[in-house]
Amino acid sequence: MMDYDRLLSQKVKEIKPSGIRKFFDIVAVMKDAISLGVGEPDFVTPWHIRDAGIQSLQEGKTYYTSNWGLLELRTEAAAYLKRRYGLEYKPDSEVLITVGGSEGIDNTIRALVSPGDEVLIPEPSFVCYQPCVLLSGGVPVPIETKVEDEFKLTARQLKEKITPKTKLLILPFPNNPTGGIMEKKDLEEIAEVIRGTDILVLSDEIYSELTYGLKHTSIASIDGMWERTVVINGLSKSHAMTGWRIGLVFGPAPILQQVTKIHQYAIMSAPTVSQYAAVEALRAGDKDIEYMCGQYNMRRKLMHEGFNKMGLTCFEPRGAFYMFPSIKSTGLTSEDFCERLLREEKVAVVPGNAFGDSGEGHIRCCYAYSVEHIKVALDRIEHFLGKL
Amino acid sequence: MERILKILEENCRITDKEIATMLSLDESAVARARAEYEKAGVIMGYKACIDWDKTEDESTVAMIELKVTPQYGEGFDKIAKRIYDYPEVESVYLMSGSFDIMVLIRGRTMKEVAMFVSTKLAPMEAVVSTSTSFVLKKYKENGVIFRKEPDDEREVMGL
Repeated sequence: MMDYDRLLSQKVKEIKPSGIRKFFDIVAVMKDAISLGVGEPDFVTPWHIRDAGIQSLQEGKTYYTSNWGLLELRTEAAAYLKRRYGLEYKPDSEVLITVGGSEGIDNTIRALVSPGDEVLIPEPSFVCYQPCVLLSGGVPVPIETKVEDEFKLTARQLKEKITPKTKLLILPFPNNPTGGIMEKKDLEEIAEVIRGTDILVLSDEIYSELTYGLKHTSIASIDGMWERTVVINGLSKSHAMTGWRIGLVFGPAPILQQVTKIHQYAIMSAPTVSQYAAVEALRAGDKDIEYMCGQYNMRRKLMHEGFNKMGLTCFEPRGAFYMFPSIKSTGLTSEDFCERLLREEKVAVVPGNAFGDSGEGHIRCCYAYSVEHIKVALDRIEHFLGKL
Repeated sequence: MERILKILEENCRITDKEIATMLSLDESAVARARAEYEKAGVIMGYKACIDWDKTEDESTVAMIELKVTPQYGEGFDKIAKRIYDYPEVESVYLMSGSFDIMVLIRGRTMKEVAMFVSTKLAPMEAVVSTSTSFVLKKYKENGVIFRKEPDDEREVMGL
């Protein structure tokens, strides 16, 4: 008998698996269960983008690309970031195409973090930062964002957590799961704290196109920040291209050289068919973004109104496509709430503690669903609350 | 306010209150706008989108291209009215190109449609010629694709 427990990497074993899985395994076999649990658009990739991918296959473009990605795509990516956010990057040395934003996050953390380095992570947030930091031997330092601050990271909180060992600040805004965003003035305050230190910034802006009422600002556009920031973006959320796995990494050349080294040895290059589709998306997809964002916005208002009506306190999200209502008034823990809601009303949502301890007392509901679907789910949740 | 039309065009069973929430408007403003659209004939009706092929109904749809001599002082409008007043006529369009008027007819059987063409349309004085094509299968109509909505295939990631 092999003693796997003794043989496997201690570091990897200590990483907690995602706690979400068990709920959705139940959903899969439960008849009539409906979900607000996914983390991706409900739109299919616009046809002209899919067609560009198909076209590339018909033309036999089935080889690897450069490790950095097609120069054509990097050029479009740089033009896109300039057009949408006023950021300037050189396509030949400051842009890398990765397999989704997640690979970009992993590679960047690995390229920057040495054992013992502290990494500041605002929470609740996307679940991958902490494991990536741990695998690099770094020390994750969570910073709890609060609903009274509109789930923003404040300069005061940031200052409190900075030590001589602080290497990196992760800025996950617009935020999954809270829907919080950082406005220009908020970023100015963060920049004020960071400037003049050796702290680097990983700005995960994958939801940058999905903001409501205010255009996204990148911290890299603030004075003195470009040179210490790696910007992660991608096409998954903006262009409904999650399955294509295309991420974009932008940053100063000396950093990107190291990031690309990891990408080169681990991945070689992002899928070629996806890269050709991405060229079309970035070149001719701005109108798709406006359309989908407009649709999400209407659903956002509908869901927010629904939660308010049933008496669950809910911050009105300003970005991404999630709502993060507090369920503290029910007296249930997040996990109990989700488990009972699923068993009794057949609605699957994600417990807030999946996004860090500070998410306890909340649930995450995605509104990337049709209006009809959202209405049915809200009715069931209201019915559930009535029974408690 | 045309945003209201866009929403109704997709789903006319949605309530004024829901539209108001989605667009950050007053419910009364939505109700007013809707009434005005109805009065002005912008909203011409609220009809269900039905795939008759999935029912017992055996009715059949034909497209008939008509070449027509326009009438003095009336153009095509008079003949168009004579055609669209028949209840079996679903749509009538004046066309550019090699024929003049396109008529969509629904009949219970092919024979019924053929009879309508030969006894009602073709004998009209202004009608020079007719060409009838039957619809064999409907793939998409008024923006609705006629197949079962695929199930939500999005799988849950570890986030």
